[in-house]
Amino acid sequence: MKTVIIKYNAGNIRSVQFALERLGVKGIVTDNPEQIQSADKVIFPGVGEASTAMQYLRERKLDQVITHLQQPVLGICLGMQLLCKHSEENNATCLGIFDVEVKKFQSPVPNGLKIPQIGWNNITGLYSTLFEHVPENTYVYFVHSYYAALSPHTVATTNYVINYSAALQKDNFYAVQFHPEKSAEHGQRIIENFLKL
Amino acid sequence: MLTKRIIPCLDIKDGRTVKGVNFENIRDAGDPIELGAMYARQGADELVFLDITATNERRKTLAELVTRIAREVNIPFTVGGGIASVEDVQVLLQSGADKISVNTSAFKRPELLNELSREFGSQCVVLAIDTKFEESDWYVYLNGGRVKTAKRTFDWAKEAVDRGVGEILLTSMNNDGTKQGFALDITALLSQHLNVPVIASGGAGTMAHFEEVFEVAQADAALAASIFHYNEIAIPDLKNYLYDKGVNVRF
Repeated sequence: MKTVIIKYNAGNIRSVQFALERLGVKGIVTDNPEQIQSADKVIFPGVGEASTAMQYLRERKLDQVITHLQQPVLGICLGMQLLCKHSEENNATCLGIFDVEVKKFQSPVPNGLKIPQIGWNNITGLYSTLFEHVPENTYVYFVHSYYAALSPHTVATTNYVINYSAALQKDNFYAVQFHPEKSAEHGQRIIENFLKL
Repeated sequence: MLTKRIIPCLDIKDGRTVKGVNFENIRDAGDPIELGAMYARQGADELVFLDITATNERRKTLAELVTRIAREVNIPFTVGGGIASVEDVQVLLQSGADKISVNTSAFKRPELLNELSREFGSQCVVLAIDTKFEESDWYVYLNGGRVKTAKRTFDWAKEAVDRGVGEILLTSMNNDGTKQGFALDITALLSQHLNVPVIASGGAGTMAHFEEVFEVAQADAALAASIFHYNEIAIPDLKNYLYDKGVNVRF
């Protein structure tokens, strides 16, 4: 099996690679379209800012490559947001796999909640093969200021300020707002489930 | 619901943990990776590695260590100590660190905070502040607490948030090492008035001290070193205690 991690100007690629390594899988980090297209599994990670990330992807025609992929694709954090239609983060037009709007948590927020959300929060309404053997209310690690609204594609929900999509799924595209690669054993399970698709 | 975080801190010198540790179930008590992985298994929510090595080879050694940690540890970790530039941070993040913490260098050149948050995002920039109460207020200290400044801690923390830091790691020098509890007032002041998470550090001696810093001072996370290293408080016991007291923690 060939597992590819899309390389672009958004961080934490190393963490994803190490998480795969802990599962005995070698993740190939590449921005080469043929390499990406020929992979069995594609991981689209990301930490950073939406509009510059989109610009980087367009300049290298990776936007076209990603949207036409037929094999299982897993977007993580910013990767998930870029798979949505549009992000409020510097008014970025994104890849549009999910017909979902990415919004900023309103600030100031009630109850002393802070932006970004940093830390472990629970996920509920788990409805995807990604979450096989992952219990309801599992805690996973989040770091973000923007969120994908609830939609018919929502397959996991989290509450912070409001209820929003912790995970999305449509056809061969899977996406999680949290960082499975940093979410201890349950996160590892989610990555393992993706690799088994 | 977002949980309160428990964060063990490991001091590193030349790739080894410095403060002694007292665990029977790990082979090499000085190996930061083995210790970090053990804390992760016990349910630590994050780890902080603070490098106190002062040699020219420091950066290379540290980057190698960070890579080894990132291979083994499946929870987020922060690396701090002597970080002074965008390039320093680039190397550490590429090596696998999730966040970095800056202290003295940011105080001496506050623009560093703008540069780092612009380049890497606020979420991975932690400002560490060593603070001491004197006469009537809390002041910022530098160089590991050796150098006093005339800057009030609240003012510096606020400026840092305005410049883009995503989190504040606040260590009270009055409390550190006393095991008499965290500095509740300054922690509460920062936590209530700044829109970023505050990690309280210094003074943890009992499980009740953690409850207090979360419930009274509204800290978002609490950091400690020796009580974990010497196995005076085990993380699973601490989490059970906090859960029983109504504090939202992760299991």
